[in-house]
Amino acid sequence: MVNRGRAYPYIPNSDPTIKAQMLKEIDAKSIEDLYNDIPKELRLNQGLDLPAPLLSEYELRRHVEKILSQNYTTKQCLSFLGAGCYQHYVPAICDEINSRGEFLTAYAGEPYDDHGRFQALFEYASLMAELLEMDVVNVPTYDGFQAAATALRMACRITGREKVLLPETLGQDMLSKIRDYLKYDIEIGMLKHDAVTGGIDLQYLEKIVNSDSAAVFFENPSYLGFFELNGKKIAEIAHEHGAICVVSVDPISLGVIAPPARYGADIVVGDIQPLGMHMAFGSGQAGFIASRDEEAYVMQYPSRLFGITPTSVKGEYGFGDVAYERTSFARREEGNEWVGTAAALWGITAGVYLALMGPQGMKDIGEGILYRSNYARQEISKIHNLNVDVFRSPNFKEFIINFDETGKKVSEINKALLERKIFGGKDLSHNFPWMGESALYCFTEVHTKDDIDQLVSALREVVA
Amino acid sequence: MNNITAERFVYGKPNLRRFHQAKWDEPIILELGQPGQRGILVPEVEKAIKSQVGNPFKGIPASLIRDDPPKLPEISQPAVLRHYMHLSQETLGVDCNIDVGQGTCTMKYSPKINDQLASMDELTELHPLQDESTVQGILEIYWRFEQILKEISGLDRFSFQPGAGSAAIYTNASIIRAYFASRGELNKRDEIITTIFSHPSDAACAKVAGFKVITIYPDEDGYPDITALKEAISEHTAGLLITNPEDTGIYNPKIAEFTRLIHDAGGLCSYDQANANGILGITRAREAGFDLCHFNLHKTFSTPHGCGGPAVGATGVTRELIPFLPIPLVDFNGEIYFLNYDLPDSIGKIRSFYGVSQAVLKAYAWVMSLGAEGLREVAEIAVLNNNYLLHKILAIRGVSAPYTKRKRRIEQVRYSWEQLYEETGIHSDEIGVRAADFGVHYWTSHHPYVVPEPCTLEPTESYSKDELDEYAAIIENVANEAYTNPNLVKNAPHNSTIHTIDHQPLDDPKQWCITWRAYQRKTQQGSG
Repeated sequence: MVNRGRAYPYIPNSDPTIKAQMLKEIDAKSIEDLYNDIPKELRLNQGLDLPAPLLSEYELRRHVEKILSQNYTTKQCLSFLGAGCYQHYVPAICDEINSRGEFLTAYAGEPYDDHGRFQALFEYASLMAELLEMDVVNVPTYDGFQAAATALRMACRITGREKVLLPETLGQDMLSKIRDYLKYDIEIGMLKHDAVTGGIDLQYLEKIVNSDSAAVFFENPSYLGFFELNGKKIAEIAHEHGAICVVSVDPISLGVIAPPARYGADIVVGDIQPLGMHMAFGSGQAGFIASRDEEAYVMQYPSRLFGITPTSVKGEYGFGDVAYERTSFARREEGNEWVGTAAALWGITAGVYLALMGPQGMKDIGEGILYRSNYARQEISKIHNLNVDVFRSPNFKEFIINFDETGKKVSEINKALLERKIFGGKDLSHNFPWMGESALYCFTEVHTKDDIDQLVSALREVVA
Repeated sequence: MNNITAERFVYGKPNLRRFHQAKWDEPIILELGQPGQRGILVPEVEKAIKSQVGNPFKGIPASLIRDDPPKLPEISQPAVLRHYMHLSQETLGVDCNIDVGQGTCTMKYSPKINDQLASMDELTELHPLQDESTVQGILEIYWRFEQILKEISGLDRFSFQPGAGSAAIYTNASIIRAYFASRGELNKRDEIITTIFSHPSDAACAKVAGFKVITIYPDEDGYPDITALKEAISEHTAGLLITNPEDTGIYNPKIAEFTRLIHDAGGLCSYDQANANGILGITRAREAGFDLCHFNLHKTFSTPHGCGGPAVGATGVTRELIPFLPIPLVDFNGEIYFLNYDLPDSIGKIRSFYGVSQAVLKAYAWVMSLGAEGLREVAEIAVLNNNYLLHKILAIRGVSAPYTKRKRRIEQVRYSWEQLYEETGIHSDEIGVRAADFGVHYWTSHHPYVVPEPCTLEPTESYSKDELDEYAAIIENVANEAYTNPNLVKNAPHNSTIHTIDHQPLDDPKQWCITWRAYQRKTQQGSG
């Protein structure tokens, strides 16, 4: 053993003797020689001014753990937050598989190196396809927002039109993403909502949709939690005008709720975070796009699509890229939008989740969520001055609580709840001022009756 | 007893590995299981809730209720686990191989400690909309890592929202657009200039942001052609999206002149720093005159590639462009960390919430494990490794490293097997398939193939001299086979999970099957 001073465990050739050997072999006097192309005036003259390193793994762990220990988690407090990121139970096998080094550290290998990666992503698409009853599902994109924004661009390319219609009950963040993504060439029309149900105002839709409309988009359940009850009618109206019906859906609802394909959706999108991803402060998002298997649709996907295909050995499954020429990898700016690294590992994980859950699991979880959110809505409705019927439609896992009659602001209520170790619902008063002091509460299979009762009694106290 | 160890060497050199990729001949998951099997049970609803609620579907129209459950497989937990274990074993992650073959991807070691830290409840169980007072730890990580990237780039603010490199390129294009819109110049400035050896997304994302794309090709030395740049620049120029070093591993020494020319014409310059691994602490975006940049945390900053994400494309800008960054930014007022939404000119949201926090944490931990000297060591060793491998590869018959005569590159090299192809009829991608027989990756190039019969290798700092020797020996062996036994290469793979794939159905709408559902339909129709 030779101790030559500092060695970096992640950098095998940092040993000075090895460096010298390698330099000699390539006939370079110093490493500086290798940087000759970089002009002197562009060089940093001094070292970077960075914090002192924590060279031992132990020190590093202590340092990071100390910083993270300032967080209070949804395990330490009761959380009723949703609004696009959801607290569902993550089965142990999901973490086991997505932390396997082979998957965790693979990237862009060919099917001969990475057959398992191709198969796992094909299977993810296949399991989602059963949930959605659609024949085409992409390798995941960044998140549900991107999936929606891309689906709208796909609709524009398919129809050759440049206007899309969105419900005004859309979450402001998703709307912001879509606005940015479509801003240079696509017009966005906002659809008024029905004051009673929250769903799209059909008369208004009929008035505004026309032969310029590429897509009519809605969410089911909506960002605000309620079900859109007129999906079939909306799709019919869209189709009458030659527009494409794009529906965003919460995939975890689909064990008990009809997939949008059944009521006329042409493209279905959403976020798979509920299917086995930890919330991790928003790390778990990943978007899916699904459609029928029609060439006109398939050729407009920007994403990679993995297909199953024979090999030279009978009975052996092979996989590869479907219609690769669509992509920016093949044709740069002439491809559809772009393709690149996005959220593949979460796709594999969602596949594991759906395989574990099976039809019965998805039915149980959907029903269980409906029971719990119904129970919570009923119990909260009993609290004086709280209104859970801002919209009268049934809801899936989220619904709005309006606090106007209490004279208190959501921010005050949430502060008081926090003192009781409860994370209250997402404050809607900034993004939806017309709803007054409202908050969006979320209930899932992780909540017991006792959890919900605790919330109810805390709410009773803080609004009293 | 034989000296087994001695038998593993010939003339003092180790034999090539007798590798065989795992082959489980695994069925598709939808073929597994039996009715009635369960992989996991979900918590039952308490009786009291059930009896109070009664019918949980009350009010939901029948047309919205799914009575027939989805046709998912019914599989026991151990069977699900085994299936995915098999598939993982049939995947060649960095953790399993000398991953220098996926050039431009910076396949370095992703430290396990960082994965463990990012898997702590204190991060995984955080909801992104929690009160700021409850997420001070993760916000502090954001803030600290931003200070680090500011120093590494010389730029003034960063957003970690974009979901990977291409999303960051798009973000920068969108910021350029918003900047000119704010100055009322958008109608005039509608062109983005890029180079053919910058990533395809530099062209593709600019187009999505509404720009016409002008692509500069290399001059005979492999540098982006400055004459072509001058011709491309006009009053319509909005910006430059460019990589440096480019995907050839060649650093454009005139980069400051490039950015000056664009600035003189009133445009902005955005630096795609996907290829930053060889220049950390050596040279920065600011000194080269860039207004925007992005780093791929899953490349340079070691966060695992995850089969293609989740990831972060960290987007940095100069002071003037801060108002246009995606919202929110993470700020610190000396006491608390907070989310700052006060950017009236912001392009808005690029991704939900604040990006992939787990990747930000891993990248932060990686930098903290190295410090300034360590980062420079990363860069220098990545470059040393690359030039060492270049030396080894150029000794192989049939290969060349086109362009610059002097044989130094930064962190990667785009090679050409043109000569080998002409002499043997073996294409570069066939060399790659055969290389897979020895347990390594090999990548050709993005399209179009400007370098004929291309191959791009990037050793990073993570592999030892012996490992680089081993990789070069594999490539040399395959090249020799191409000359001596071309059919062996042509008919590869021989040691893979699978055999030669029939690509034809994948491009035929009547035959392609993107899901099992489509496959069943098409094969039952007899057209598959």
